[in-house]
Amino acid sequence: MQREGEIRIPSGCAVSGIFSKAGTPISGDTIIRSISVMHDRSNGLGGGFAGYGIYPEYKKYYAFHIFYDNSVSKQECEKFLERHFDIINLSKIPTRKHPKIMDEPLIWRYFVTPLPHKLSDSQLDEREFVARCVIRVNTQINGAYIFSSGKNMGVFKAVGFPEDVGEFYRLDEYSGYCWTAHGRYPTNTPGWWGGAHPFALLDFSIVHNGEISSYDANRRWVEMFGYTCNLQTDTEVITYIFDYLIRKQGLTLQEAASVVAAPFWDTIRRMPEKEQERLTYLRDVFSSLLITGPFSILLGFEGGLMALNDRLKLRSMVVAEKGDTFYVASEESAIRIIEPEVDRLWAPRGGEPVIVRLSSGTSV
Amino acid sequence: MSIEYIYPEFEVIRHPERCIGCRICEQQCANGVHSFDPKSGKMLADESKCVNCHRCVALCPVRALKIVKSDHTFRPNSNWPDSIIRQVYRQAGTGGVLLSSMGNPEPYPIYWDKLLINASQVTNPSIDPLREPMETRTFLGRKTPVIRRDSEGRLLPQKSPRLELSTPILFSAMSYGSISYNAHASLAAAAKELGICYNTGEGGLHKDFYVYGPNTIVQVASGRFGVHKEYLNAGAAVEIKIGQGAKPGIGGHLPGAKIVEDVSRTRMIPEGSDAISPAPHHDIYSIEDLHQLVFSLKEATGYTKPIIVKVAAVHNIAAIASGIARSGADIIAIDGFRGGTGAAPTRIRDTIGIPIELALAAVDQRLREEGIRGDVSIIAGGSIRSSADMVKAIALGADAVYIGTAALLALGCHLCRSCHAGRCNWGIATQRPDLVKRLDPETGRQRLVNLVQAWTLEIKEIMGGMGINSIEALRGNRLMLRGVGLTSRELSILGVKHAGE
Repeated sequence: MQREGEIRIPSGCAVSGIFSKAGTPISGDTIIRSISVMHDRSNGLGGGFAGYGIYPEYKKYYAFHIFYDNSVSKQECEKFLERHFDIINLSKIPTRKHPKIMDEPLIWRYFVTPLPHKLSDSQLDEREFVARCVIRVNTQINGAYIFSSGKNMGVFKAVGFPEDVGEFYRLDEYSGYCWTAHGRYPTNTPGWWGGAHPFALLDFSIVHNGEISSYDANRRWVEMFGYTCNLQTDTEVITYIFDYLIRKQGLTLQEAASVVAAPFWDTIRRMPEKEQERLTYLRDVFSSLLITGPFSILLGFEGGLMALNDRLKLRSMVVAEKGDTFYVASEESAIRIIEPEVDRLWAPRGGEPVIVRLSSGTSV
Repeated sequence: MSIEYIYPEFEVIRHPERCIGCRICEQQCANGVHSFDPKSGKMLADESKCVNCHRCVALCPVRALKIVKSDHTFRPNSNWPDSIIRQVYRQAGTGGVLLSSMGNPEPYPIYWDKLLINASQVTNPSIDPLREPMETRTFLGRKTPVIRRDSEGRLLPQKSPRLELSTPILFSAMSYGSISYNAHASLAAAAKELGICYNTGEGGLHKDFYVYGPNTIVQVASGRFGVHKEYLNAGAAVEIKIGQGAKPGIGGHLPGAKIVEDVSRTRMIPEGSDAISPAPHHDIYSIEDLHQLVFSLKEATGYTKPIIVKVAAVHNIAAIASGIARSGADIIAIDGFRGGTGAAPTRIRDTIGIPIELALAAVDQRLREEGIRGDVSIIAGGSIRSSADMVKAIALGADAVYIGTAALLALGCHLCRSCHAGRCNWGIATQRPDLVKRLDPETGRQRLVNLVQAWTLEIKEIMGGMGINSIEALRGNRLMLRGVGLTSRELSILGVKHAGE
């Protein structure tokens, strides 16, 4: 059987997210309870979480979470890291033995910062330097896979049901201002942990439910800009698209959303002239980054969260608010289980991004 | 009979009990096949003149006629087929170059027919084009984003030359001269109604058709016929024709007989003189010269029109396309070896160039590997025969397709491949007024509109089946294709997997 990345595997899924605009720490236990309600939306072949604000003591450093197949790949990868980064701290990621989580790889965490002379020699900005190093490890070092690389955030994922994955990683011991979670229902058994979601690059993380029909058009376009889609998953290519549009091209989240889930031409035609020109420009120059087919995605980033559905809303997704806290999930039940009395609950329209950010002045 | 006597290729079968001797076939045949014998009161046929264009068959009021391939044969020989023997006789008799028309008819592989398209099942939904929006609008031109903002951070769209099409189809270049006024009138009016473009070819633009400017691509070819500033600015885009799929590497020759008054004025050459396009552009002997011509044309049009560079698909097409993309051109048109023509040397037409499917796949991949696919749009042509071919072309990486032969078929062409004779009984590839008037521009326009609308409907159905609701998500989406009966090498050039993988 081919491993994830050697073959494209469609999958259905559940997503859930929670965000405190006030920056109040939320325990990882909360998001586990939310995603576990949607147990039937996954099939035990992948689950994962992304937490933001979870490493306040190391928030100046990039936190690399790495899967290793064996100690040889670990040695090789660490040599690479030592050549490019100052490693501030390294350790195994704490896990607890769980009867339903098996075949775990070596799972390590490194807090790093680029070596100043390497960075200046590269003539790249710091984030581009880090992104290229991550892509290089994942493409070139056999058996090593950096699955989380942002600051003050981390991804935790495995093959298994999401609630079991959360217990395995002892997420109840972490707390952060934002969490996203994913339960996967792939149509194949890759049995590789790297294939689980979220997918992340720098502080961007994506959980996604859907199967996009534009995949190869998107992949072949974004690969022109230094990305390599090693996993052949939607989530991977969507992450790269947002990284490209937001970090490299300088689009706002709203603009990036109107590229990937562009309004229909008929809708654009009814808009004021300036808005028509703006949206036509975006649809035209970024036309190969339009995403078609069903998706509901949660894009986590430093200080914010965006929820977005495909333009036909072919996947369920509801959002809710209670005070300063924002909730989003594939099903309402996953919100009600952690907050039965919400102030407001609604289903965003297809293609309409819902963006939440930390309130100004909040420090995490 | 002489040694070079060639038995007619076709036989005219006339049903004697049905024929009423109305002589319509005689009037309709510009080749002079039919005649009336007053002595016997019967219609006769000189089959040696028949090109099998079906004009007489289609207009016979009593269905008394059919044309069949003659079963007269040489002694069967796999190495020396009848067609080759006949050609040798003709050349031994005349000492001339063999001429042919329309696209390469030889039995080379047709890769379109070995590619199959995907559809959604279970894991994601297909989309019903009757109930949901299904978008085919296409912009052609450079797609290199430049993000500028005003002082309040609002995005300022950057204007760059564009060709906007309601559906990714354009009528390919066919000059006024090689085809008739009425054929041009049909193409121009249909392009306008459809919101797409037709292409003048290298014969200039007749003054009557300037009104169709926003739907016109004006061509600049090596002969520079009819090229002047007003012409360049009349169209929506300017196309530099380097080569054409039917005759890569050689020029064109429109016989003086077709340079009648109007054609002469439009081409800006004397009446009755042969219009000879040189094989190369004599101001382009290298890629840097192309760069200069591209920018000369941009200067002449005030940087408002996209510049298309059209090349024939030849062996080194990927590197050529890369050079063109870096020359400042906005669009590359690639013409495959099946592309049609009004006249080409037979040997050239039938043996030079490569299939568009392979050329397109190689170019698209190469431009992506070099990171410059966004610098140009790609139009693929030669030959796109159906909406399915078109979907496959776009999935391989084309932005849009050129259709020429299919458009002529819509106008009544029966692919008799005798355009070079100038006696087109359907009023398309001729300048004889009595023949031209047989093509009614109004009927022609309607049939072209029907064809393009029908294909667009089919494209929407196919896209919907794949769960794609906008054409750009199909572009370069090679996972939507699978090959059947292709070698690993062919699959790797096409960048598609085999069916079952």
